[in-house]
Amino acid sequence: MKQLLILGAGTAGTMMANHLSHELDKNTWQISIVDERTKHYYQPGYLFLPFDIYEPQDIVKEIEEFIPKNVHLIKSKIDRIEAKNNVVLLEDGKKLNYDILIVATGARIAPEETQGMQGKCWHHSVFDFYTYEGALALRNRLRTWDGGKLVVHITEMPIKCPVAPLEFAFLADSFFKHKKMRDKVEITYVTPLSGAFTKPKATQALDHLLHDKNIHIETDFAIESIDNDKKVIVDYGGKEIPFDLLVTVPTNKGDDVIGRSGMGDELNYVPTNKATLQSKDFENVFVLGDASNIPASKAGSVAHFEAEILTENILRYMKGEALKEEFDGHANCFVETGNGKALLIDFNYTHEPVEGTFPFPGIGPLRLLKESRINHMGKLAFKWIYWNMLLKGTHIPFVSTTMQESGKHFENIEH
Amino acid sequence: MSQLKEISGKNIAVNEEGYLTDFSQWDKSIAEALAKEANLELSPRHWDVISYLQSEHQKEVALNIRKVGNSGVVSIKEFYTLFPQGPLKTATKIAGIPKPASCI
Repeated sequence: MKQLLILGAGTAGTMMANHLSHELDKNTWQISIVDERTKHYYQPGYLFLPFDIYEPQDIVKEIEEFIPKNVHLIKSKIDRIEAKNNVVLLEDGKKLNYDILIVATGARIAPEETQGMQGKCWHHSVFDFYTYEGALALRNRLRTWDGGKLVVHITEMPIKCPVAPLEFAFLADSFFKHKKMRDKVEITYVTPLSGAFTKPKATQALDHLLHDKNIHIETDFAIESIDNDKKVIVDYGGKEIPFDLLVTVPTNKGDDVIGRSGMGDELNYVPTNKATLQSKDFENVFVLGDASNIPASKAGSVAHFEAEILTENILRYMKGEALKEEFDGHANCFVETGNGKALLIDFNYTHEPVEGTFPFPGIGPLRLLKESRINHMGKLAFKWIYWNMLLKGTHIPFVSTTMQESGKHFENIEH
Repeated sequence: MSQLKEISGKNIAVNEEGYLTDFSQWDKSIAEALAKEANLELSPRHWDVISYLQSEHQKEVALNIRKVGNSGVVSIKEFYTLFPQGPLKTATKIAGIPKPASCI
């Protein structure tokens, strides 16, 4: 039997296990997937948990539920990958040989990278919401918080789901209005970027929303440390921003196993061909989702589009055919803007998010880069799609793998 | 879109944010003029950083603050002292190379 090994049973790895279990000949290929955890977390739900919009049971399920029966699920910590020898070593010393390896080990927050972040205020007045524990601790704090200076902060790029901190700020505005205490809360959005987002046209729209919601923005802020006694964040230029409640997105890094295996860049992301998703160093290693260094958003939608293309490329690789250079960096993200509304952005490596309609050109029903209630319904419906279609590798109707240009208003945009 | 701007007595092609679009037009007098616009006087340490950024750019390495800090050429703290307020944006402009895309 030939061995196809997947590392990581998160969004990306689970989707690949499902795609490939339908495609590969069961008499020739054994598919195995390794993960040390037993729970699968719906990560977009971390945004809603702090505001009591979702309950924990909405966003946590057993990994096992989503792994096909004919795929061997191995619950173990991975010690390291020896890609030169086509072998993965598990923590208990067991060796797994492979013919093809798919790395889907994801990204994690690394608060230890910033001095003082994990000081005495950690999970008391300094919170992350990129982990289940962080989001839950923040929910408990917000339930009784009586107001003051709320600082929403990004440490450095790249981060998973780059719109999430903005959504957090928007939802916070809405949350405090609803609690009739918005006048007691001063919200500041602090970013290392020069504007609200990474792409110019979306930045314009989002800067405008921040202004409308009376959220102050501090740009070009590169944090050096957090002073837990003074309750300020300090940047390398010496600038200080005071907080009563700090909601931060710490540095994001690839999994430590990538570092231990010597396969990553300075942030433990695996150098990957951005069009084929093949590792740059080993031809039988493929990388998808947050684990790679490709210049696409670290988001579930990206992993979904990647998985469709990677499935095809793995089949081609098995037959000795040339790989398709097809992945275009397609991302599709709902951006919650509070008060039951959301906007939708759809973009790729070369085309930034613009206005238009989605998925049907000229019709919609979703509108790109404009706030609407139906976009918000789309975001909420996405949880069902995630658990019932996305993880199982079912193609989402009408949503193409590569980005569509029709139905979009690209005028005045430079590519 | 590039436009022409007079820098240090020469007509230089720049983009709408003032970054050079043709590195072959760069020389030290251009760097000094651009530094002056940013209210900076270039010291030998500034030049170390500028040469480092240019050589990384030549090798097509995507630049970011973390990479500069790990380079051994300059610490992040000193980088901020040398080029206050957005050091990477300021330093790349003076070095005549594109503004690092904060992609993703």
